[in-house]
Amino acid sequence: MASIDYPLERPKVGTKDWGFAEHMYDWVATVDHKKLGIMYIVSALLFLVIAGIMALVIRTQLALPNGHVVAPDTYNRLFTMHGTTMVFLLGMPLVAGFSNYLVPLMIGARDMAFPRLNAFGFWIFLFGGFLLYFSYLGGSGLYGAGSAPDVGWFAYAPLTEKPFSLGHSTDYWALGIIVSGIGTIASAINVIATTFSLRCPGMTLSRMPMFVWVMLIDSWLILVAFPPLTAAQIMLLLDRYLGANFFYTQRGGSAVLWQHLFWIFGHPEVYILIFPAFAILSEVIPIFSRKPIFGRPAMVGAVVAIGFISLGVWAHHMFAVGMTSYANSFFAASTMLVGIPTGIKIFNWTATMYGGKVNLKTPMLFCCGFLLQFLIAGLTGIMLAIAPFDWQLHDSYFVVGHFHFTLAEGLVFGIFAGLYYWFPKITGRMYNEKLGKWHFWLFVIGVNLTFIPMHFAGILGMPRRIYTYQAGRGWEFWQFSATIGAYIQAIAVAIYVWNVVHSAIKGEPAGDDPWDGWTLEWATTSPPPEYNFEKLPVVRSSRPLWDLKHPHDPDWKYE
Amino acid sequence: MADALDLTADALTLEREWKTPDRGTVGIIFLIITESVLFLTFVAVYLVYIGASVTGPYPKDVLETPILATVCLLSSSLTIVAAEWALERNRIGMFRIWWLVTIVLGLYFLFDTGMEWKKLIYVDHLTISTNLFGTTFYSLVGLHASHVTVGMIFLLLVIGVNLLGFPIETQKRRVKFLSWYWHFVDAVWVIVFTVVYIISTR
Amino acid sequence: MLIQAVIALLQAPYANLPQYPVANTFDPLATPGQAEKGIALLTIAITTGIFVVTAGLIVYGIWRYRIRPGDDATQEPPQVYGSNQIEVAWTVIPILIVFVLIGVSVRVIAAVQNASPSQSSVKLQLIGHQWWWTVNYPQFGVVTANEIHVPVSPDGKMVTEVRLESVDVAHSFWIPQLAGKMDLIPNRINYTWIDPHQPGVYYGNCAEYCGTQHANMLLRVIAQPTADFNRWAYEQKQPAVDDPNAAEGKKAFLSLACVNCHLIKGTPSAGVFGPDLTHLMSRQTIGAGVLPLNHENLRAWVNDPQQIKPGCLMPSMKLTGPELDHVVAYLETLH
Repeated sequence: MASIDYPLERPKVGTKDWGFAEHMYDWVATVDHKKLGIMYIVSALLFLVIAGIMALVIRTQLALPNGHVVAPDTYNRLFTMHGTTMVFLLGMPLVAGFSNYLVPLMIGARDMAFPRLNAFGFWIFLFGGFLLYFSYLGGSGLYGAGSAPDVGWFAYAPLTEKPFSLGHSTDYWALGIIVSGIGTIASAINVIATTFSLRCPGMTLSRMPMFVWVMLIDSWLILVAFPPLTAAQIMLLLDRYLGANFFYTQRGGSAVLWQHLFWIFGHPEVYILIFPAFAILSEVIPIFSRKPIFGRPAMVGAVVAIGFISLGVWAHHMFAVGMTSYANSFFAASTMLVGIPTGIKIFNWTATMYGGKVNLKTPMLFCCGFLLQFLIAGLTGIMLAIAPFDWQLHDSYFVVGHFHFTLAEGLVFGIFAGLYYWFPKITGRMYNEKLGKWHFWLFVIGVNLTFIPMHFAGILGMPRRIYTYQAGRGWEFWQFSATIGAYIQAIAVAIYVWNVVHSAIKGEPAGDDPWDGWTLEWATTSPPPEYNFEKLPVVRSSRPLWDLKHPHDPDWKYE
Repeated sequence: MADALDLTADALTLEREWKTPDRGTVGIIFLIITESVLFLTFVAVYLVYIGASVTGPYPKDVLETPILATVCLLSSSLTIVAAEWALERNRIGMFRIWWLVTIVLGLYFLFDTGMEWKKLIYVDHLTISTNLFGTTFYSLVGLHASHVTVGMIFLLLVIGVNLLGFPIETQKRRVKFLSWYWHFVDAVWVIVFTVVYIISTR
Repeated sequence: MLIQAVIALLQAPYANLPQYPVANTFDPLATPGQAEKGIALLTIAITTGIFVVTAGLIVYGIWRYRIRPGDDATQEPPQVYGSNQIEVAWTVIPILIVFVLIGVSVRVIAAVQNASPSQSSVKLQLIGHQWWWTVNYPQFGVVTANEIHVPVSPDGKMVTEVRLESVDVAHSFWIPQLAGKMDLIPNRINYTWIDPHQPGVYYGNCAEYCGTQHANMLLRVIAQPTADFNRWAYEQKQPAVDDPNAAEGKKAFLSLACVNCHLIKGTPSAGVFGPDLTHLMSRQTIGAGVLPLNHENLRAWVNDPQQIKPGCLMPSMKLTGPELDHVVAYLETLH
């Protein structure tokens, strides 16, 4: 088992005697998967607040036609940083954070397979994020051109080449993503090695909790999807610094090649981002329905299927670049195929509730919200997969509405469900249920008021990434209501932040197992000790705590 | 509470007989997978850009097939196996000899790459910015050479600490992982060699 | 005077064309747009059906099986692990739906993309620049900017083929009521086609983010009856009007840096980096659609484009008051 070694001698023994410096040292030098998981999640939530404020400025600018809140360049930087932050500095650390905190606990291990690699992964991710944000200070370079990157989060070539992007902002963008990507890959290898090697006795692959299964496939996707992105960013930097010609169209380079490389990463990436939500739902819905997940083998199979099909759909982001009709048909077809396993997952979650006792506590509310919102996201996704329909909708506000439905309503709903569900485990205290319900309902109203109108603006011909628009194009109403919705979302998130901070300090003690859980993390104390379990558990089914609590009707009888 | 999980009489047996794969092995395998995808991307881009250069020099004019360097690199895969074999039997003298032979073969490969680049830059005036061939050639071959360099640093580290008296026989597992990485780098060279010196020079 | 009267007469047909500022993709007035609307409606019908059924099941499940006051909280419900028949059912049904959609998509993709361009009567070349468009009609020897004139095609037979190129970064051609997008990508040539069934002025935007002023890279398609289109093309082919009343302004224009970027046919001004100004006043807008073209706007634009379209590549020329008046007066003769 991984040993936890501290390089320096501790002056004091018990944590109660520690001063601020000792606590800081403890967090900075830790290799404990739980502390690293918490740091991942907290830094992700900080980036969520930063990028959320950017979104509010964007929405304020677009509330009325001919808005003058920010200058065009500032606006372009805002949406670039908003998108880049949300994907790479919110979504990715949440993947790493949840899997770090929960995978070892759920499989009955004392830590991740490579604890020091784990700490390395977190810090290099965080400094990658700092590098991206440093562009606000260092981006102008000697040219006095620009501050933060303003090329969009998928940064289509040749807009990123030297002649069109002076200064260093694009370099910080590429470097920040490469560096934080190294952290992501380190964490993914760690999750895979942990799930294969550190399962406690009896925890066969078929008995692993669904959460662990989904995070395993997620890590696999990271390992095959991130290298093309890293390669593309290296090529971009070679272009910008050594005068290479990969995407420099004047010397024969190909702008479309960048798009291929980016989306070979980019489409699996959206599944990488949504998988934590899938993982959380697969744990929360059974607990709050008091029934095991319906069709476990099908659920695992569906995740594995998504993990492979999603590698072959990338060019549906490129229906408008002038591919042949055969290529367009192929990618339309493969994209629609992804809908099948995704549908299976939604049906199985729904079936889990049938015949159960659905307890609508806050985590379960967020799961129910996820099911309905993500259903809409999936169906608008089918619309976008139909290439002829996509020729109209591509790069319009419809697409903005669609992917915010998948991420802001899908991923974020799932994440909130998880954050509420494991809050008592992480802090040992219970969150405030009433504030949680306020958060949920305000958030539901906010996101729908924001993102449903965007679909209509897109259908009326509004392209994305425009800093202003003229009156009379039919977009005012939709944009205005989207702005109102964004502020409602902000209020909801503020309630959440208050709930977390207040409950973590003053909440009711929650006990070790407040939800009457079935997976191993509920078998230890809240918060768990550094070594997780006094003695490694031995399990005989996928719900070890069910077996324990129902000795006369254990799960393993049915396996 | 965790103790109470040992519910059944045969829990102890289960615990005793429980086997999972070695974490280092899993880790290195997936590291190699992710590295393979990185190389795959660069190889694909090289293939896409074959014949796309607007101006010369072109591959068939300037590239000379590095037969000797290739033979050296590929045979270093065999010598490292021999070194591992010796280490397995605790024959440290043999291990050192084979390990040093591996290092010499690898160093010759790097030297040959350096001479090739020197010739291309100073004689043929092909740099990374000259045309798409230069761009893709230097980036693909350079990516591979940088991996050989990383492998070489670790090879030197192993023999260095061993010659300074570190008991390398305690680190058989890590030496095995290093040799897997070295095999991976060699296997990549077979692909790079085929793509760069055979396909694109035709 | 006579010439101006004739020109006013010539302009009349499209000055009074219906305007379509609300570019509703579900109100298409050309064949590609209509094909796309057809498949869109089918898709929406199918997905709405799926939504109603699935959302109904989810909501019903939550409502029916929720915990009610008075339920025995300690009593666990029956533990059901799954059912293979049900799994098969909800795998097969989506597969069937998906294959229907794939079949329809493939047909429409082929119908729109593989339509033979040889039937097209007008071929034009649309070139994207950072934040404006060159419209080139090689058949007629006509070059204009930002406003595409095409013949109307009531029976779908006057097809206009558009060849799309870019000189700098990626842009995208999108007139929602006529056809879906096609990108303009440097070092690549794309084709698309349109055949507006009704006369009118159709609005669109650049639909691929292309830098600072992406938002103000607007585009209009002006569909006219064939006779009017031919007259327009003939008019555009002529060299610039040389009005002696504006001689002072012309002199000022030619002595300034304007000539480096703008072309005025029949004068030494032969730049290619900015829009062709030979028949500037025949256009409806200025600055790629940022403002309607009239005296005040033109004067404000020439005075300082950076006030109107910050970041655009035309600098403020810092003209003195009289210079500005002269240059604007000259530009206003360019019918």
